[in-house]
Amino acid sequence: MTGPSPPASAPGGPAVLLRASNVTKTFRADGGPVSAVRGVDLTLRAGEFAAIMGPSGSGKSTLLHLLGGLERPTSGEIWLDGRRVDGLSQAKWAVLRRRHIGFVFQFFNLVSNMTVADNVELAALMGGASKRQAAERCAELLAELGLSDKAGAAPARLSGGEQQRVALARALANRPSLLLADEPTGNLDSSGSQSVLRLLTRAHAEGQAILLVTHDARVASAAERVISLFDGMVADDAALRAPHRPAAARAAKAVPAVLRLHG
Amino acid sequence: MRMPLLALLAKEPAHGYELKILLEQIFGEAYPSPNIGQIYVTLQRLERDGLVRSQDVVQRTRPNKRVYELTDAGREALAAWVDRPSEGPRIRDDFFMKLALSPLAGDTDRLALINRQRRDYLNQIRGLTTLAAQTGPGIARLLIEGALLHLQADLDWLERCQEELV
Repeated sequence: MTGPSPPASAPGGPAVLLRASNVTKTFRADGGPVSAVRGVDLTLRAGEFAAIMGPSGSGKSTLLHLLGGLERPTSGEIWLDGRRVDGLSQAKWAVLRRRHIGFVFQFFNLVSNMTVADNVELAALMGGASKRQAAERCAELLAELGLSDKAGAAPARLSGGEQQRVALARALANRPSLLLADEPTGNLDSSGSQSVLRLLTRAHAEGQAILLVTHDARVASAAERVISLFDGMVADDAALRAPHRPAAARAAKAVPAVLRLHG
Repeated sequence: MRMPLLALLAKEPAHGYELKILLEQIFGEAYPSPNIGQIYVTLQRLERDGLVRSQDVVQRTRPNKRVYELTDAGREALAAWVDRPSEGPRIRDDFFMKLALSPLAGDTDRLALINRQRRDYLNQIRGLTTLAAQTGPGIARLLIEGALLHLQADLDWLERCQEELV
């Protein structure tokens, strides 16, 4: 685990931030009930970065929506920061999301008739920041994302990668204790994915707890932990090794000048 | 190993250690560092097959070194290798053999097998992604990007195996 660790309140590490216990979700469909999530137990600690992977239809997005209060579980418990939240009303969830949870959607969901800066500032304002704090936070995030020159632009003028970075900035604007992201690189080209990944990695290094759903292994491998979902159940929950840092020694070795290749 | 050595020698004669360094330089950190002993053995076999020839070069302050150069037959073999299509999809996959055949050996926990392999792939991806970020554009990074794309496909395939077999 990198990043600052909050005081431990549970054995073996930082405080438990999010806990799901035997969570299920059944949808009513024409052909009868469909169980999308079938008894998931999951714990995320403060500052932890975990990825949820699994084939399409495995329940990944539904699980994330349950954890973010966008859907209500059929049964089971969800605890956030020591508080049980699965039974909260939509209004209370909305408050929780404004203040404690950043949510990044696959299709950005930016407000199209507001500027980039207004999209980000609004999230900070709704999280309780003053107008000046919101403007400062927005400027800081956009600078970090290399989007300062797009602050006054309409989202539609931005590339997909830029819009996703704005969506990420918006989700981080209120300094949430938990960032939930649903396929945050799902619609991006390789360089767009790279910049989103860099931002996530940096946010995590600064102590941001992140839980994201992805089918992109490179995104998942940035996390310290990968949870494999299958048929609505957790098939595996694996801690990844710290990335191996090869010595730069090899590159420094001299090659006889006659043999140097060109091109 | 044979053909890459011939290709390097096509440019100019070299001795074994130079070839090792060159391979490392071109293919970068992700490429398993070639064993010098293996390079010497391969060079001897290439010479036996008439694809290279060698001569000792006297060095005043160090032991003599053996310098290899390509023969005409070697040049032809190299050209034929370049022209030939390379092996396509990976039909002989060691993990898949295990997955398919482990029940015969009495081990029927295929999910454990799949999970173990998935963890290994994810750790490899994590290492290579870090390496890719430290590697400038060019041959060495393309090698890493190729490995990453294959690993992504391997992960997808594991999911298919899990759907079908577990």
